[in-house]
Amino acid sequence: MIEILQVLIFGIVLGSIITLGAVGLSLLFGILRFANFAHGDMMTVGAYLALVFVAGLGWPIYAAFPMALAGGAVVAIAIDRVLYKRLRRTAPVILLISSFGVGLMLRSLVQFIWGPQSLVYEPGIQFPLEIFGLRIKPDHLVILAGVIILVILLHLFLQYTKMGKAMRAMSDNMDLAEITGIETERVIMWTWALGGALAAGAGIFLAMDTRLQPFMGWNMLLPVFAAAIMGGIGKPYGAIAGGMTVGIAEEMSTLFFSPAYKSAVAFALMVIILIVRPTGLFGGRSR
Amino acid sequence: MSLLEVNGIYGGYGGADILHGVELRVEPGEIVVIIGPNGAGKSTVMKAIFGLVPVREGRILFSGEEITNLRSSIIVRRGMSYVPQEYNVFPSLTVKENLEMGAFIRTDDFSEQLAHVFEIFPPLKDKRRQAAGLLSGGERQMVAIGRALMLTPRLLMLDEPTAGLSPQVVDLIFERIRTINDLGISFLMVEQNAKRALSFAHRGYLMTMGRSRFEDTGPNLLANPDVMEMFLGG
Amino acid sequence: MELTGLIGYLIPLLTFAGIYAVLSLGLNVQWGFAGLFNIGIAAFFAVGAYTTTILTTPPSPNYLGGFDLPFPVGLIGAMVASGLLALLIGLVTLNLRADYLAIATIGIGEIVRLILKNEAWLTHGVRGIKGIPKPFDTLSPEVQTLVYLLIVLAIVLIVYLAIERLLRAPWGRVLRAIRENELAASAVGKNVLRFRLEAFILGSMIMGLGGALYAHSFGFISPEAFDPMFATFLVWVMLIAGGSGNNRGAILGALVIWFIWSITGFLANRMPPELMTQAAALRPFLIGLMLQIILLTRPEGMLKEKPPSVTGDEGERRGR
Ligand SMILES: Nc1ncnc2c1ncn2[C@@H]1O[C@H](COP(=O)(O)OP(=O)(O)OP(=O)(O)O)[C@@H](O)[C@H]1O
Ligand SMILES: [Mg+2]
Repeated sequence: MIEILQVLIFGIVLGSIITLGAVGLSLLFGILRFANFAHGDMMTVGAYLALVFVAGLGWPIYAAFPMALAGGAVVAIAIDRVLYKRLRRTAPVILLISSFGVGLMLRSLVQFIWGPQSLVYEPGIQFPLEIFGLRIKPDHLVILAGVIILVILLHLFLQYTKMGKAMRAMSDNMDLAEITGIETERVIMWTWALGGALAAGAGIFLAMDTRLQPFMGWNMLLPVFAAAIMGGIGKPYGAIAGGMTVGIAEEMSTLFFSPAYKSAVAFALMVIILIVRPTGLFGGRSR
Repeated sequence: MSLLEVNGIYGGYGGADILHGVELRVEPGEIVVIIGPNGAGKSTVMKAIFGLVPVREGRILFSGEEITNLRSSIIVRRGMSYVPQEYNVFPSLTVKENLEMGAFIRTDDFSEQLAHVFEIFPPLKDKRRQAAGLLSGGERQMVAIGRALMLTPRLLMLDEPTAGLSPQVVDLIFERIRTINDLGISFLMVEQNAKRALSFAHRGYLMTMGRSRFEDTGPNLLANPDVMEMFLGG
Repeated sequence: MELTGLIGYLIPLLTFAGIYAVLSLGLNVQWGFAGLFNIGIAAFFAVGAYTTTILTTPPSPNYLGGFDLPFPVGLIGAMVASGLLALLIGLVTLNLRADYLAIATIGIGEIVRLILKNEAWLTHGVRGIKGIPKPFDTLSPEVQTLVYLLIVLAIVLIVYLAIERLLRAPWGRVLRAIRENELAASAVGKNVLRFRLEAFILGSMIMGLGGALYAHSFGFISPEAFDPMFATFLVWVMLIAGGSGNNRGAILGALVIWFIWSITGFLANRMPPELMTQAAALRPFLIGLMLQIILLTRPEGMLKEKPPSVTGDEGERRGR
């Protein structure tokens, strides 16, 4: 029993990290109709950007966090300006290929700058707290709280700011947004900023939970996509449920299978959803 | 100077031309309707004016300034709004949010204009927190027109604003168009119901096969036997 | 001496270019002709390589088999195994949108890699399998590699001629029609799903063949060889650079990109040791950059698709 609860806690932590990635991915898809295959590697970039402030400048992680989020946003906007913006008018699949290439470029760049070995923000091991026989690392609480705060902030942004409403409007109907006078290019820029910042946040939390490694984000692409698809891709709110489901399912599977196959679980869930309910658990967009 | 001048435009969706030299104009303060059989290119003219369909030849002037092939986001800023024939509200946004989107480029306080739109379309005020996708057809049309009004345009283009509505709602929409027109806003509308629209408008055009064929005051067009024949004959 | 050195360098270079040409032709059947977005090439490549390895190596306690069967049996086995995998995946995912298919194939690629790594009884795990035989092992090693190059080139030619033929046949025309306009094709009564499935399986079998050729050429395989960079991304860049939809383009792209890739590798190896890992990391970056430049400046690639598309793409895009 304790063991199951323990695994559940790991699942919630992993699920919240996946959620953060999936929410950003889904947001980008809803507005740009574009599945961003570089999303995992944008997570990696965010994690390493935080490392610059932590290891390079000696900042505490909570101070480095917002800087890395801003950095992730800038990187995402820059990639859009240089590449995707020019390709947007051609066939959408070209964007997929391009983003796949961007992911690879980011990954090699990280490896070029920081090397292939794995790194940590703070050396030394954290001693877990013992609560009712459960072992909980303080970092886990930080991650969970961080994700909850970011998701709430995103919610407030989408519901109550002019830019957030315009994002929802564009996700509803791009052409109508254009003729209504919404500055679509500006909204797209903000969308990339949010997507990049959320990815960076997810990357930092992932690095806190495990370690920094050039492939860390690429390895998360599958669960993140699985979560977004489960939630109905294009629906950021659905991605929350999708992310938690995938995270908990992955960790729970370790009770039955070798942990090596964790990401296969995400894949299996995704395939089942695609067969049974291609529009996601809550009915996302189908086109 | 005319508010809108369309001088012999040719254009289409990338393949063969749909428009073959359309001529039309709208004077300040006028309500102008375009009638014509299905597929005549009425919606296409509106899209061409609004920069949504490329114009290959010919010119479009708005208040004397050329707007041919400008992006719609720029045309909106010049003081023209367009309500397309279908999919003309953001379904997941509330009524109020839809109207706010109409004012996206305004940086000033637009609460007065919002109140004004609610005054013109009272049903919207009660439903302002409802998702626009859940409204009736007539209410949706009100949201769409209201949203287009948020920038207080000089010209409002409506593509079949009364299609598929019940007679009472059609009456209401026509009445409101009149109210808005009295405020000094000009209209260019496409209408299916030729009789009704021509008796209502200041002037009308008959379009067939990508050309504007007849231009006259509403009653004169109605009285013209050739017009009725062409309209019915396509 | 100089000359033999050059030849010693050229033979493996051409052999690998040939193997990549096979992969690129396989992708061309899927993407160029059927519009199927497969970014799990690595999976089929690996399944082909491991199948032939298990079939043709002498018995070993370390992994399944080997069965010591002849080289051609290995190639056929590789094609059958990759074809079966494609059938399985295709049945589930081929009626999905391009982006869903893409992510599903990424998933397959990852899962195949996990299996190769973790199921040691089958594959000897991360340690890999060595001693994969080349055909004609009675010849001297130099002659043998030369003969092997000829075999690879012959297979490239055969695959090229076979697909060219198929694509001119009614089957290929229907395939293109489906890619251009799925609705119209299904309206005239074509079973879109079946045609796609056939194209997906055929393309994957060719990729499996490429994998088998790779295994025999290199003599050693391990899960690392099938990471998405080498096995999937390079092939995509090759096809796009060469010109998707054009089989000669697919071959030309494989040749050119493999040369460029090898040259960067050559240069990276000449770097002072302290810079070597960094230089190695920069290679994929440069290839990625090349892809972006091609997409931005010449998306149709070096050789354009030959028959002009029947329906106007333009209208379709605008209508979206
Ligand atoms: N997106 C499009 N792409 C290609 N052709 C189009 C497109 N939209 C309309 N057309 C073609 O343009 C022609 C004119 O269409 P348009 O919609 O302007 O007619 P209309 O006069 O508005 O008809 P209706 O009364 O039915 O609304 C038609 O032949 C139609 O098939
Ligand atoms: Mg119309």
